Amino acid sequence: MQVQSMHFKARASEALADATLQANLHKFGSAGLAALRARAVVEYGAAEFEQLRDAAASIRDRGLDNLPALLERFEREATRRGATVLYARTGTEIRDLVLEIAARHGLKKAVKSKSMLSEEAALNDALQGAGVEPIETDLGEYIIQLAEEPPSHIIAPAVHKSKDEVSDLFVKFHATERKTDIPALTREAREVLRSHFLSADLGISGANFLIAETGTGAIVTNEGNGRMVTTLPRVHVSITGIEKVIPTLEDFATLMRVLTRSATGQPISNYVSVFTGPKGAGDADGPEHMYFILVDNGRTGLLGGEMQEMLRCIRCGACMNHCPVYKTVGGHSYGWVYPGPMGSVLTPSYVGLEKALDLPHAATLCNQCGVVCPVKIPLPDLLRTLREKQVDRGLRPPIERLALRAWAWAAQRPTVYALGTKFAARFLRMLGGGDRMVSHLPFAGGWTDGREFPSGPGRTFRELYAARKKR
Amino acid sequence: MRVGLFVTCLVDLVRPSVGFAALELLEAAGCDVTVPATQTCCGQPGYNSGDREAAKALARKVIAEFEGFDYVVAPSGSCSGTIKTHYPHLFDDDRGMRERAERLAAKTYELTDFLASVAKLARVPGRFDGTVTYHDSCAGLREMGVKAQPRALLAKVPGLAVKEMATPEQCCGFGGTFSVKFGEVSAAIADRKCDDVEASGADALVLGDVGCMLNIEGRLRRRGNRKTKVLHVAEVLAGRDGRSE
Repeated sequence: MQVQSMHFKARASEALADATLQANLHKFGSAGLAALRARAVVEYGAAEFEQLRDAAASIRDRGLDNLPALLERFEREATRRGATVLYARTGTEIRDLVLEIAARHGLKKAVKSKSMLSEEAALNDALQGAGVEPIETDLGEYIIQLAEEPPSHIIAPAVHKSKDEVSDLFVKFHATERKTDIPALTREAREVLRSHFLSADLGISGANFLIAETGTGAIVTNEGNGRMVTTLPRVHVSITGIEKVIPTLEDFATLMRVLTRSATGQPISNYVSVFTGPKGAGDADGPEHMYFILVDNGRTGLLGGEMQEMLRCIRCGACMNHCPVYKTVGGHSYGWVYPGPMGSVLTPSYVGLEKALDLPHAATLCNQCGVVCPVKIPLPDLLRTLREKQVDRGLRPPIERLALRAWAWAAQRPTVYALGTKFAARFLRMLGGGDRMVSHLPFAGGWTDGREFPSGPGRTFRELYAARKKR
Repeated sequence: MRVGLFVTCLVDLVRPSVGFAALELLEAAGCDVTVPATQTCCGQPGYNSGDREAAKALARKVIAEFEGFDYVVAPSGSCSGTIKTHYPHLFDDDRGMRERAERLAAKTYELTDFLASVAKLARVPGRFDGTVTYHDSCAGLREMGVKAQPRALLAKVPGLAVKEMATPEQCCGFGGTFSVKFGEVSAAIADRKCDDVEASGADALVLGDVGCMLNIEGRLRRRGNRKTKVLHVAEVLAGRDGRSE
């Protein structure tokens, strides 16, 4: 997928001006997944859930600390059970491997369950180009495939669309009578997708986790499409990041408790599909051939460094569900595969700091994301680290650097600082006028374009306090 | 109890009345308060802008100015949070400084937390006739654990009743330099906070951080709301209206 993250500001501005999108985002923000998570945590027990977060974080850390050994174990076990394990370093290599598999088995139609890695690799375009028809089968992914848009949320990809917009798309592409209620729309999608499931010869899925001790992949869905994708077509390809490998099935059970509650507030998703090797001799169903493509695409660059904690991420989406910025501008503003706080850390880390300069700064550092993250990733700290890297590499605008240097220089010199603030306080007071509200701040128009700036009384605390002491 | 009052740079520049209110409250609680004259800023703007060296230089300055007191108190969750939760990490590679930062962190408090939990202020000087709604500023809430303390203190103010807004813990969109770099997004987030404040029907919005105050009040006034007062919790507790310096 093309990286558009340099245009965050412009895209955010467009998002703010789009009344339909704002209404959809507002609905998501006020009655969305954050509220469901909160209820689930109360039901589970807030203190117990905290313990679960600790346990989940430590499982992920153990996995990452032993990554090479775990991957070898996974490969050995998966291979022993008849699957083929392949590795891709980049998005291009993912595409090449999938197309090679399609060519080898003569595959013509791919049904897909949600895979963010397929977005990283822009796989659908490549499949189409090679004459393999890709059909997204997660309802949200299906909707945005019709709309030719990228996902705007990692677990609710079409959350930016209203019911009416979906109705319009279905009329256009299904050539059916317009439906307005959600069950009828869902039924229509199911009917269309059913024929694709039955006629596809390739199933492409991601994997929420890879379990090393059994060579198993696992996916979590609510629509059952994942199970169809991984069992019906004669070839199944599961594409996932190398960091998703965990030691045991027991660990998988622990992580599941925290994943679905954090994502949608469900104690467990409607479907949990685990796949271990292709169809065996006595099996009723399953693919004839099964491949795992384990992807690096920037991940090893984070291993062993100050950003490693980000690799704990289990893709629940809680950080974006709770993010004031995401809830205001939506996922497309972030300009690559992953939006919200996790995206603002992952995008510059995977595609390059200089290609996503705004993202680490597009956060208030409110830490709402950090306190809900099921694996306790300190997202604000990581964003701050990325800001430091930008400064170290000289990537910040010269005027910003100059202003910061001047401020830091003065703030270390109390006499200079006192003089500067004395004038600044008077200047602000003068601009503020009778109601003490500044409507246009020179050098900080970003503030006063949408707000007044309360000017204060024109004397600093320092001055007033000194005067009072003299009295 | 010898308390060093860290006034904060925003209070110094645009809201001196908060500094005086904090001073009065600490004195009412029986503290021996000093306001070190050389103080400037905790360094957070540098820290959050990726300028670690600037942040370290200012942290060294604050540590030297305040380490002699029994307690350090700031009328801000954000600035006290910087000292308490971030200073020690600035010196991960300097054991001596790290220990000094940790000692300072251990005795640093947000004002309402200090008044309620340490000084155990029994009676507050202020009076407020009307209803207030309290916004939980992010750093105070999530770094300093400030939630019950300001409400417990406000409950002691004669004439005052608290009307909670729907989502008091939702960020107002300030975010320091974020509010200028991404002014449009910041103002849009503030707009939702304003909706929430107005829906509460309270006469005044009360909160504990001047950054968030400037942001929310600035947006309220731009929207044409001249009615809802915006006050720092220290001002309310001390009986100041925000303009009395």
